[in-house]
Amino acid sequence: MKIICNGKEMEVRDGATLEELILELQLNPATVVAECDGRIVLREEYPQIFLRQGIVLELIRFVGGG
Amino acid sequence: MLTIAGHIFKSRLLVGTGKFASAEVMCRALEASGSEMVTVALRRVDLEDPSDDIMRVLDRSRYVFLPNTSGARDANEAVRLARMARASGGGEWLKLEVTPDPRTLLPDPVETLRATEILAAEGFKVLPYINADPILALRLQDVGAAAVMPLGAPIGTNQGLLTRFQVEIIIEQARVPVIVDAGLGLPSHAAEAMEIGADAVLVNTAIAGAGDPVRMARAFAQAVEPGRAAFEAGAGRRQSRADASSPEAGLGFLR
Repeated sequence: MKIICNGKEMEVRDGATLEELILELQLNPATVVAECDGRIVLREEYPQIFLRQGIVLELIRFVGGG
Repeated sequence: MLTIAGHIFKSRLLVGTGKFASAEVMCRALEASGSEMVTVALRRVDLEDPSDDIMRVLDRSRYVFLPNTSGARDANEAVRLARMARASGGGEWLKLEVTPDPRTLLPDPVETLRATEILAAEGFKVLPYINADPILALRLQDVGAAAVMPLGAPIGTNQGLLTRFQVEIIIEQARVPVIVDAGLGLPSHAAEAMEIGADAVLVNTAIAGAGDPVRMARAFAQAVEPGRAAFEAGAGRRQSRADASSPEAGLGFLR
């Protein structure tokens, strides 16, 4: 199935959770904040969030800034 | 000592983490600055470079994180970024920045006031970045800002304390700490801000953009101290007429 992740179309496995996707992308779930269809997802919920076709996902993290 | 929202800081220098040439230089500069509070921004993860993670190098036990809302052009965008910062473990601290015009990066006072009201009610410790407007500073502390951060000059310009007159009025009136943010380009600019009674200064570009950021960070740290000491010592009044330092009396033998 396809989702939109950080503005780009991405193919993900059916039934994948948010936690699995974050790990597959080689990101640290502890330092990434996720927004699914405009709703902020708490870190504890990552393993329980099943990705759906067409979901709009934003993966955000801290960067250097002033 | 500097107290913001009940939290005590020994250092009156806050440092930004942007624009450093490398993570290593950034870490050494932060250490040299002696700062206990550092700003960070929120951006999309670069999926092409997942290992580029500032949290791998920044020691959270050492610094209070002050996430900013840079990039927000209105209150709604700033509130969204603030909630993301909190969700990502940024704590309750927030440097609120609402800059609709990318050319000047000057803050929008109306949207900043609106966002401060919303976020303070949600429990954020809001430090709004503002133009040096004394009336706005009062309005912001009335709606719950934990400090106010008037600019010395536009972000990244290194121009110094161009807003001195207005910042002096803000300091005179404020019940919350006043942190001069943006535009300070030299340690002497930071010292000047401290001399007129600013509680702290925030510096990023002047350090990150220096030939030797680590030495410049140390220079800013050193400049803040005498500036504060001079303020606490109580400066003499400026006047236009000369006032001899040596006695007037006892010159009869000359003429």
